[in-house]
Amino acid sequence: MREFRSFVTKEFRHIFRDRRTVLIVLIMPVVQIVLFGFAISTEINNARVDIVGDLSDPSVRRIVTRIDNNGYLNIGKVYKNTADIDGRFRKGKADVAVCFENEFDDKLNSLGTASIRIIGDGSDPNSAQMIVNYVTGVINDEQGDIDVAWSGTGPSGSSTPAVKYMYNPGMLSSYNFVPGVMGLILMLICSMMTAVSIVKEKETGTMELLLVSPLKPVWIIVSKMIPYFTLSAVNLATILLLSRFVMHVPLRGSLLLLVFISLTFIVASLAIGLLISVISSTQKTALLISGMGLTMPTMIFSGIIFPCESMPSILQYVSDIIPAKWYIIMMKKIMIEGVGFGYMVKEYIILLAMTAFLLFVSTRLFKNRL
Amino acid sequence: MGIIDVNGIVKKYGEKTALDNVSFSVEKGEIFGLIGPDGAGKTTLFRILATLLLPDAGKASVEGHDTVTDFAAIRRSIGYMPGHFSLYQDLSVRENLEFFATIFGTTVEANYDNIKEIYSQLEPFGDRRAGALSGGMKQKLALCCALVHKPSVLFLDEPTTGVDAVSRKEFWNILYRIRSGGVTILVSTPYMDEASLCDRIALIQQGAIFETGTPAGIVSEYPYGLLAVKGKPVYPLLQFLRTCDGVVNCFSFGSECHAAIDSSVTGCSRLQRELSGAGFRNFSVREITPGVEDCFLQLSIRKRDGMR
Repeated sequence: MREFRSFVTKEFRHIFRDRRTVLIVLIMPVVQIVLFGFAISTEINNARVDIVGDLSDPSVRRIVTRIDNNGYLNIGKVYKNTADIDGRFRKGKADVAVCFENEFDDKLNSLGTASIRIIGDGSDPNSAQMIVNYVTGVINDEQGDIDVAWSGTGPSGSSTPAVKYMYNPGMLSSYNFVPGVMGLILMLICSMMTAVSIVKEKETGTMELLLVSPLKPVWIIVSKMIPYFTLSAVNLATILLLSRFVMHVPLRGSLLLLVFISLTFIVASLAIGLLISVISSTQKTALLISGMGLTMPTMIFSGIIFPCESMPSILQYVSDIIPAKWYIIMMKKIMIEGVGFGYMVKEYIILLAMTAFLLFVSTRLFKNRL
Repeated sequence: MGIIDVNGIVKKYGEKTALDNVSFSVEKGEIFGLIGPDGAGKTTLFRILATLLLPDAGKASVEGHDTVTDFAAIRRSIGYMPGHFSLYQDLSVRENLEFFATIFGTTVEANYDNIKEIYSQLEPFGDRRAGALSGGMKQKLALCCALVHKPSVLFLDEPTTGVDAVSRKEFWNILYRIRSGGVTILVSTPYMDEASLCDRIALIQQGAIFETGTPAGIVSEYPYGLLAVKGKPVYPLLQFLRTCDGVVNCFSFGSECHAAIDSSVTGCSRLQRELSGAGFRNFSVREITPGVEDCFLQLSIRKRDGMR
């Protein structure tokens, strides 16, 4: 027991005497959360809407005011000629253009129909689609009002679907990325740091001395894991606090359950780190493997950035073997949906099985010789 | 049956043979030197004996424990100092020592007597990071760490490489004192001048041992007379000596050339005449007794020629 305590103390000394490590371990979660939270936002804010038409036309003016009043949309420039749209898009001064036909109000009142064309900037398809949806929504509202006005008091036969996004009515992307970043960070810190710290001992030759000592390899492994386990717990707390009080992501489910599942995931990540340390002989290799072989696939396949459901089926199978995917699914369920353990038994069993497998394989492969 | 028994050890790295049928035996309480140039296979042999590598063939035992099947028992009783500095550079001198004491299940205090002599020199730097120590100090700290659990067998892989002459001398004095406590020491070195400091030595080259014995015994078997020739320019002198009648071989040793001669054919005065005749000036020729290095070169030539 004394051996073990002394080993763990030594590990903590390594960490705290290397400023770079401390910086990476403690600051990285904050940077990532802030980065994802503010810079890499997938939400639409202040989209610039150009109006092509005659503002003196009462119906046009009514719709334009409606657009202007929408929190996500701002009116850019108003002009008469559709040929100018191209120039505005090219200069990046507008995101979408709404074109009204001539004598819009007259046609609407006399013929009962008048046309509006919405032109989006397709060079960025994702945001174009979202902006166009917003604009369409606003115009649909106006359409509904007109229907009511014309058919008298009651609603007419036409029906407009009312869309509501449960759990995340504001469609905030932070609801998606906070669980994602949690998975990413824990994976990174636990795996990369454990791998590097074990491989470092191989590289400097101290592993030779550790192996020659009567210390059992399993204790070497456990002592290596404990400090990073602790650090990961600190990181988990940091992320949760940041997401709650800076990003305003709710924690609707049980905190205890969240911590319990996170600890399981941390053990899985530590086992992956151990596995990397077994197969790499230099710190560079370990870093490359955990960077390219772990972080990238985790980011791409765990559903943080691209939804797994829209991947080709082969890639969906690939995403199934990423532990972070299952962890993130459970985190979303706990934090956003607020459901209990009964709703994530399948995911948890998968994660637990992966953890057990990784732990078994990596401790088996850990050699007690050079 | 010695304390360390090595029997026909073979170790291959892919196609390359690192150790080729190596056998020797080390008695209790002696300093046994493994002498050979870089790449001779010394470190590989140390790692096999320290149970860190598995031999491809042959058997080795330390204090009667087999290095393959009974490695746990060996790990409890040996002290091992690897060839390259292998302590934690970011830990202080004291922290390193305490760590290695603890993982061997003991404390610095309990074994202070064992390391007092060396550690007293390090104590003023107790709080300094190991990485900031001088080369000699690092080696002393590494030795301390290898000694702190009172091992009965000590493996020192090139402990004096990269250490200045004064520290080397000091280091050997320390080894003698450790030996007087009954500890068996296996030490390797690429420095031939350190060979004579060992009780017994084995000369190793290209993975094979070609001579084992006491330094004096090996030197006494040197079959030729030996002349040290000093003069300038060195290279033409060396070239000329090799062409002289009766000179078996000739190598440069620093500023001198050591010429092995067949004493029945040539001698000191004849060689002097020949050198003068060839136009060399300001040279000196004197008879010397061979050292271990002369023997090493002689034996390695014989081995090479024998292999042809």
